[in-house]
Amino acid sequence: MTTAMTPTTSRELRYREAINEAIRQEMERDETVIIMGEEIAGGAGREHLGIVDAWGGPFRTTVGLIQQFGNQRVLDTPLSEAAFVGTAIGAASTGMRAVAELMFVDFVGVCMDQLLNNAAKMRYMFGGQVKVPFTMLTRIGAGFGSAAQHSESFYSIFSHIPGLKGVVPSDPYTAKGLLIAAIRDDDPVVYFEHKGLYGDLGPVPEEPYAIPLGKARTVRSGTDITLVGISRMTWVCTEAAEELAKNGVNAEVVDLLSVSPIDYDLIIDSVRRTHRLVVVDEDTPVCSLASDICARVAEEAFDYLDAPPSRVTAPHTPVPYSRPLENIYVPNAARVVGTVERLVGR
Amino acid sequence: MELDRDMLLYLYKTMTTIRHFEERGIPETGQRGMSGSVHSSAGQEAVPTGICAHLTNDDYIGSTHRGHGHCIAKGVDPKLMMAELFGRATGPNKGKGGSMHIADMSKGMLGTNGVVAASVPLAVGAGLTSKLQNLGRVAVAFFGDGGANQGILHECMNLASVWKLPVIFCCENNGYAESTPVEYALSTARVADRAAGYDMPGIHIDGMDVFDVFEAAGEAVRRARAGEGPSLLECRTYRYYGHTVFDNPLSYRTQEEQDYWRGRDPLKLFRERVADGGLVSIEELDRLDDEARELMEDAISFADESPLPEPLEIYDDVYVDYPVDMMRRGINLEV
Ligand SMILES: Cc1ncc(C[n+]2csc(CCOP(=O)(O)OP(=O)(O)O)c2C)c(N)n1
Ligand SMILES: [Mg+2]
Repeated sequence: MTTAMTPTTSRELRYREAINEAIRQEMERDETVIIMGEEIAGGAGREHLGIVDAWGGPFRTTVGLIQQFGNQRVLDTPLSEAAFVGTAIGAASTGMRAVAELMFVDFVGVCMDQLLNNAAKMRYMFGGQVKVPFTMLTRIGAGFGSAAQHSESFYSIFSHIPGLKGVVPSDPYTAKGLLIAAIRDDDPVVYFEHKGLYGDLGPVPEEPYAIPLGKARTVRSGTDITLVGISRMTWVCTEAAEELAKNGVNAEVVDLLSVSPIDYDLIIDSVRRTHRLVVVDEDTPVCSLASDICARVAEEAFDYLDAPPSRVTAPHTPVPYSRPLENIYVPNAARVVGTVERLVGR
Repeated sequence: MELDRDMLLYLYKTMTTIRHFEERGIPETGQRGMSGSVHSSAGQEAVPTGICAHLTNDDYIGSTHRGHGHCIAKGVDPKLMMAELFGRATGPNKGKGGSMHIADMSKGMLGTNGVVAASVPLAVGAGLTSKLQNLGRVAVAFFGDGGANQGILHECMNLASVWKLPVIFCCENNGYAESTPVEYALSTARVADRAAGYDMPGIHIDGMDVFDVFEAAGEAVRRARAGEGPSLLECRTYRYYGHTVFDNPLSYRTQEEQDYWRGRDPLKLFRERVADGGLVSIEELDRLDDEARELMEDAISFADESPLPEPLEIYDDVYVDYPVDMMRRGINLEV
């Protein structure tokens, strides 16, 4: 069942709870669904001491799963990403529907070969003989004083790889719906959780629902400019839009939701009405999603544009540790407002 | 094993400095809002101390996320480290790295590292440089029991053995990788058992006993310097606190276990061992504790009084040579 892009329910969950509910419901629905990763339960192998689910996941997104589904479907792993990500891909190719969690996207280098050369290419190389219903959960986002190896938002490198899909849920509703869709999908999907959103509360229907992969949504209608947000940057865009409204600039905000496939149609349709575009992306700028979206809009909506398609992104640097530098690094509403004012003033 | 007075004082001083850095520096860092990435090595002091006592500034070490002890034992100034933790421009990394990336090339410190086992090949590379340039240096790769299960470590042990590099693989087995017990995650009874697969000595050591560590490390360093190739040392130790300040270790381990290891505290064991040797007095050790305590107060003031990095420094040191304009172009960043 697919659903509209906005919820109709009064029940509220946090982002992390919505993720948990999605995994739980998919594991209930389909017993071939398994999940593995580091600390997803925690304290592994200590049932005899009464220790079960010691952590429930590094960010508590997988809490309670091991009690319900047991340690053959909820698998804590040794600290061996290349092995368990690859194993999940192998299991997914041979009858399981496998979910693996990579604690932070920065660690992807350790297991990238399995994603790049197996998950992404097997179906194509094998002439369509296999499906790889594999989901990799991982985390993105700077702003937490965690420095260069724990703060990246590297979704663009996955978008770049043919054969992989990717989603960037921005609130509890999309967190649940996109995760259910990712698990049910027969292609490998990378699911990017943003560390800054876990505590956010929002309406989430109780019954299972899937939000279609590859679709963006409009979270604010406007007429003067289109702001495209990716993950948490969606809310930086809406904050900027409210600020801009005070000066009579009416911004439309698009929440990208999928980083592969990318919903160019919805964005282009919006730009045809607003005639301006700013993409706000927490990732670095060179060969980024922001660049790609601007390029596509320039190609397909050139005649509608009143200003150059523009970007607000992180600088082309690693993430700095020191607080004042990290504050500069992460795009904020003030930067978006400043950029929009220059474009609208033209 | 006979150690002279100077060495005894040096070992204790290093351990108490590490202990005081962890006990004082970590909460202070937290109070400045930077606790997200700080890991205490309290309880594990004997390992870096006993190993690095054999090294000079010309030798290299690669470290981990739990690396304050490695830094101090390798001679990095705790004041500068504190500044780095506080994100100050006076830190060895100019505030760019923080706890998980402290590096001081002048001391042969190749960096603490945020990716588990990622510094291991850096140490192997330092060993290769030493061999190719005939420098007589050794390199130590520190990693945890969790790191013992990373593929890169195994490739490195094989490579270092094949090329007979002057490297010491030092596993700090503290029993846990985050909350995962080593006995769950490790296929062998001991990490040291794995040395056999790479044709190098594998030694299991009491990592709470600095004398045990010192002795085994002495032989591994001798072997490396003599061109006989790498060794694997497994030091059994314990971290006193949670993985980070956020976790409660009692969710995955017992109070009895914690008490047992606290009872084998490396500083306490040291005191017991030297008490009847007559070479150093307990008063001298107390004085070293006091000095370490004062040093931390100085370090905290130094760090607090140090400047923060200037905004434009965000672009520094991404490359040696690259137009800054290309890093900021087209992204609408005022800085
Ligand atoms: C490749 C990689 N995977 C996962 C992590 C997250 N992580 C950080 S420390 C850690 C546990 C490390 O355990 P161990 O090697 O035993 O070192 P200890 O923390 O006990 O000192 C994990 C899983 C990481 N930093 N890098
Ligand atoms: Mg450990």
